[in-house]
Order: sequence, then C-alpha cells, then structure tokens
Amino acid sequence: MTGPAAIELQAVSKYYEDVLAVDAVSFSVGGGSICALLGGNGAGKTTVLSMLLGLLLPSSGRLAILGTDMRKYRYQVLDRINFSSPYVDLPQRLTVRENLSVYARLYGIKQLQQRLAVLAGQLDITAFMDRACGSLSAGQKTRVALAKSLLNRPSVLLLDEPTASLDPDTAASIRQLLRDYQQDSGATLLMATHNMLEVERLCDDVIMMRSGRVVDRGSPDFLLQRYGRATLEDVFIDVARDTGRVGNAVPD
Amino acid sequence: MKSMGRIYAMVLRYIYLLRRSWPRILELFYWPAVQLILWGFISQFFVTNSTWVAQASGVLMAAVLLWDVLFRAHLGVSLAFFEEMYSRNLGHLFVSPLRVSELIGALLTISLLRTLTGIGGAALLAIPLYDFSIFGLGLPLLGFFANLLVMGWAIGLLVSGLVLRFGLGAESFAWVSIFAIAPISGIYYPIAVLPEWLQGVAWFLPSSHVFEGMRALMFEHDFRGDLMWLAAALNIVYLLLGAGAFLLAFNSARKRGLLLRVGE
Repeated sequence: MTGPAAIELQAVSKYYEDVLAVDAVSFSVGGGSICALLGGNGAGKTTVLSMLLGLLLPSSGRLAILGTDMRKYRYQVLDRINFSSPYVDLPQRLTVRENLSVYARLYGIKQLQQRLAVLAGQLDITAFMDRACGSLSAGQKTRVALAKSLLNRPSVLLLDEPTASLDPDTAASIRQLLRDYQQDSGATLLMATHNMLEVERLCDDVIMMRSGRVVDRGSPDFLLQRYGRATLEDVFIDVARDTGRVGNAVPD
Repeated sequence: MKSMGRIYAMVLRYIYLLRRSWPRILELFYWPAVQLILWGFISQFFVTNSTWVAQASGVLMAAVLLWDVLFRAHLGVSLAFFEEMYSRNLGHLFVSPLRVSELIGALLTISLLRTLTGIGGAALLAIPLYDFSIFGLGLPLLGFFANLLVMGWAIGLLVSGLVLRFGLGAESFAWVSIFAIAPISGIYYPIAVLPEWLQGVAWFLPSSHVFEGMRALMFEHDFRGDLMWLAAALNIVYLLLGAGAFLLAFNSARKRGLLLRVGE
C-alpha cells in the first residue's frame, strides 16, 4: 500500500436471488497504487468492480472510494472516478469525437477540444476521431474506451481487461501510458484482468479471488515466492483449481 | 449549472444520433405527414357527407395532429431511452456524474424537440394541402399541446422503466400502451359515444379532456378551461407515476446488475 486507502470494501456480499456471487469480501487499495484483481471466470471480479462503480448494489457490507460511501454518496465522487471495459460499448453510430465530447461534457471538462486532442495523441486515435465507433476494430474500440476513461483525469480508475483485443505492441504502449498516468497523477488503478503479463509488468499489488472470496494477496514477486512458481499464470492456475499448494491464509 | 450542462450533453448525444441517421430523421416527419394526408382526404369526404364534420371541417385533422403530439412525445422519450439499451451504453452513463433525474430531463427535452419537428412539419403541410391551419385554434392550442406532451412523457417514462426492468423483450409495450388508450381518448368522436362504464375510465385520461376541449372549441367556440385544468391535474399525477416507475426500475436494475448487461 502506498498511501491512505483509496478503495475500501468491508464484508461486502452480493446475492443474485439465492446465488452468492461475492462472499464477505474485504480489502483496501492504497492511494497511488496499481492493483490487479485476479481470478477465474465467475470468481466475482466484475461483480466487485460493478459494486465499486455503483452499477450494482451490494446485498450487505460497505464500499468506499476516496473515503466516500458509494452506497449513499456516490455522486460526490463520481467526477473523480472513471472506468473502462471492452464489454460496455459506446454508442456505435456516433463518431469517436462525438462520443468523447458527450462524455467530456458529462464530466464537466473545461477546454474540451484541447483535452480531446491530447488524449487522441496519447492513445494514437487521432486518425479515426471522425469515424463512427461501430466501424472500429476491437483494438481501436479498446483505445477509445481508455480515452473516455481518462477524460476527467480520474483519481481512481477501474479497468476491466484494459488491454483486451490489443496486439502486443499496442498493449505494451497502453501499459506504459497507464503507468505514466499513474505516476504523473498519483491516481489509484484497480484492474480486473486475465493477462498475467500485464499484472507482472504493471501492478504493485495482486488480489486473488476464487468463488466470490479473496483467497490471497501480495505483490507479484511475493506471490511467485509463496507458491514456488516461475510465472503468475501458474499461480493463477493453483488458485483457480484450489490445488492447496499453499495454505489459504490471507496475509495481513 | 453543472446539472444543466449534463442534460445538454445528453441532448447533444441524441441530436448527434439523429443527425447521423437519415431513416431516423425521415421517421420524424413520415408518420405525422402520412396520417395527416389520410385524415385530410377522409375529412374532405365527410365534409360533404356528414353534417357533424361539416360544422367544423378541420376537426378530424386537428384531432390527428394532436393525437400525434401524444404519440410522438411518448416515442420521443422511449425510443431515445431504447437507443441507450441498444448501444449498451448505460454502464458508461451511470458511472459518470449523470444523475437519473438529469437523464430524465434530457429524455423529455429531446422528446419535445422531436415532437415539435415532426408535428410542426405536418401542421405546416396541412395549410397548402387542405387549407387548414391548426394554429387557428389560437392560444388554447398551447394548452392542448402541453397536456398531450406531458401525458406522452409520462407514458414514455413508464414504458422505459418497464423495458429497463424486463429487457428489450418488453419493447412492444411502447406500441401496445399507446394504442390501448387511443379508443378511449375520444380522438375522433365524443366520449359520450363510449359505453357508460367506459366513459368513467376515459375521464381518468388527460387526453379525453383535451379532445373534448378541442371539439368544444371547434364546434361551439367555447374554450373549456375546466377540462384543461383537469387534464393538467391528472398529468401531474401521471408524470409523477411515470418518473416514479422509471426510478423504481433503475433501482431494481442496480440490485440485479442489469445496467451492465442490458439487452434482450
């Protein structure tokens, strides 16, 4: 942890009718860190992100971002948060510029055109700013979604698979961009991902989830040592398959 | 001020969408114009064959134009909201500072713009085609328009709430709801024509009061303020119910996680 908690969950659970999707999850993410939420399909990562964003109400527990209770006062901090996911689209018929302009206005961005030009340059989307979002490739859409997520220079950035559909070269430049953004702004990044390379290269901290619970946590190096593995992918498989390679105790 | 900026941003989003799609622009004008042309010819026929219509030759055209205000206002809200669902954009919208009340404000604003554009075009077309100007109704026209607009908004919000709650499979509510109330709104005939028990139901609709008021004005040259105020009072109730249903659906969607996986 590098600063006071920017994200906090206390005993957060979520039931979908009788199905328990998230089971009394508690963790905090320090301000200014880049943290990965790792886990297999159905582990509860997206549910946790959705609850943090206020798109999904928890069944019980407390969630706070930047010290603000997201259940009661989310509107106080929404202009300091943003999010990107390849699974949530921007309107397909609008051009990239139109979409980003609409969101920039929603976030109350001053000097809108200037901000769009800077982001377009950083994310290498200038060439297709005036094309409809629906005509873009998956990789281009991912970059546009990232541009949208950086519009308001968020203090907390939640990312769902930020480099999905990107080629290795573009993915590397996006990782660098996220790293630079975090260092320049001191923002906190929490990302749900399956990309172990991304976690190893980008994240200071990893939270491992299985069946709706946090089962382990630590820096990538710590986890490699703890599981006696050479790659995080092997650690991921140990956790996902519950091989019992280490005890289930979550470190403080 | 920030709130107005966000409403403006959403209105801009719907205008961008309209601007990029000629079928959507055409649709704005097409149905009101086709309806007007059809009822214009029917009116011309009835003027010579019906003493009732002959007393106020524009009554059927005024009725069809005003009915379209209700219809367009409703579609203006619900279709704009469906666009968010089709484009799976709700997840982005509701993690931005946009409040539900502001989204509702934007939906109502774009509905007003769409209604004015569509009906305005048809109303102007009626002048050279049939020598009928609905603007001849004078100031009461504003009362008729406002009441039907608000009723359309209320239905649009209710339908949008149902679709948010039950998914796009419930989209047909948009059409079913409006055609269900058409027969008891007394658009083309007095409410007195309906069976007595149905008249009781009809008077709970603001639209019934508006169309009765329109006929009173056109046949008897009498502006029935009482009917307008009753319609306005009912509309306040309906608009609160519509907005309440939308808010309930939104909260239910947040409990069920529907904002991220809207669709069929």
